[in-house]
Amino acid sequence: MEKKLKVAALCNGTVIDHIPTNKLFKVVTILHLDKLNNQVTVGNNLESKKIGAKGIIKITDRILKDSETNKLALIIPQAIINIISNYEVVEKRTLSLPKEIKDLVQCANPNCITNNQPVSTLFFVHENNGEITLKCNYCERETKIDKVKLL
Amino acid sequence: MCKNSLVSISDYSKEEIIEILESASHFEKNPNRKTLDGKVIATLFFEPSTRTRLSFETAVIRLGGSIIGFSDASTSSSSKGETLNDTIHMVSSYADAIVMRHPLDGAARYASEISPVPIINAGDGSNQHPSQTLLDLYSIIKTQGTLENLNICLVGDLKYGRTVHSLIMAMSHFNPTFKFIAPDELKMPDEYKLFCKKRNIKFTEVSELEDNFNDVDILYMTRVQRERFQDMMEYERVKNIYTLNNNMLINTKENLKILHPLPRVTEIDPDVDSNPKAYYFQQAQNGLYIRQAIISKVLNI
Repeated sequence: MEKKLKVAALCNGTVIDHIPTNKLFKVVTILHLDKLNNQVTVGNNLESKKIGAKGIIKITDRILKDSETNKLALIIPQAIINIISNYEVVEKRTLSLPKEIKDLVQCANPNCITNNQPVSTLFFVHENNGEITLKCNYCERETKIDKVKLL
Repeated sequence: MCKNSLVSISDYSKEEIIEILESASHFEKNPNRKTLDGKVIATLFFEPSTRTRLSFETAVIRLGGSIIGFSDASTSSSSKGETLNDTIHMVSSYADAIVMRHPLDGAARYASEISPVPIINAGDGSNQHPSQTLLDLYSIIKTQGTLENLNICLVGDLKYGRTVHSLIMAMSHFNPTFKFIAPDELKMPDEYKLFCKKRNIKFTEVSELEDNFNDVDILYMTRVQRERFQDMMEYERVKNIYTLNNNMLINTKENLKILHPLPRVTEIDPDVDSNPKAYYFQQAQNGLYIRQAIISKVLNI
């Protein structure tokens, strides 16, 4: 039997695949897809052999910037990003957290200088026994990755 | 950015810590020198402080340098809304080094990134206060003859007390054994216990003060602050059981010394002051020599 795509194939652009279903609309928000004029296809609760159910986002004629990929690594590290050109996957990006995260995350400490004066945030990514935390370069507080607030 | 700044105690290696302590002992023998002749040091105290500011300023004056600055942010242009960025750019064009205390966490790191002259952190919010840590170490080595293999008991507010957190980091180079004594509300945070475990530093935790420090070399007391408690009944209870008095010191070791970053409120009974094991006032005096050593180091003198 011919395999049929639930979501139409993309000519040129970016496909974000294997998004956990509870994170799909978060991705829409942080990439500001609601403000985009390009064609955007959003699907959720699709079958996935890997994770049971998944979300998928296809953005026509747009390739994600590195800063956007870094943002996604913070919330959907297991997702896969396919860059499509003329219906072919020309690049497959897996998401990985950089060692340093600049300008993306808000410090959780209300008394941190970054929350009170015009100072860009900078965090260092630490891993302890499989738990990932971000340490603020300024106030030195550590925040668990699932508690992180994006700017 | 100036690489010579001192923002956090972790900026210094074990060797640099020892170098500062040795330098401080030379300053103690001869505190009046003219090595800062012609230099201008700015002391920017955006938040009030008595001991720290006076000892930094005395350190500069005894080395023959001059001081500019303010001791109260309401008399500076930050009260008009000037950003720290602008204040640091302006002051660094006048002074050879900047000593700064600021109420915001991380202010010193930020200042060190934008300043062409060295920044000495004299306290940034509840984050770091490295000159206090260095004078604590100096007091320990002076009274014990070594920093290695000591039994150190930390008492009081171990949750918010930045001096105890920095002391743990600094002592981690010297194979200490820690005992943490704090009420449940003010227990040592997990991140510092994890830090100890990762470096194989032994520690125990108890919540009663009495009879729990007979085997220690250093008893480091901190202030239990009323504003940390939700329940005032609990505060009153804790305040009373965490008051060190002379009777509690009877069975302690001969070489025991009691340290406290000061100001003290009720946690040490005044009857302890005349006990030879009390060392907190000399500790404050040691701050002068340590600060002379720090200023000299950041200026490569």
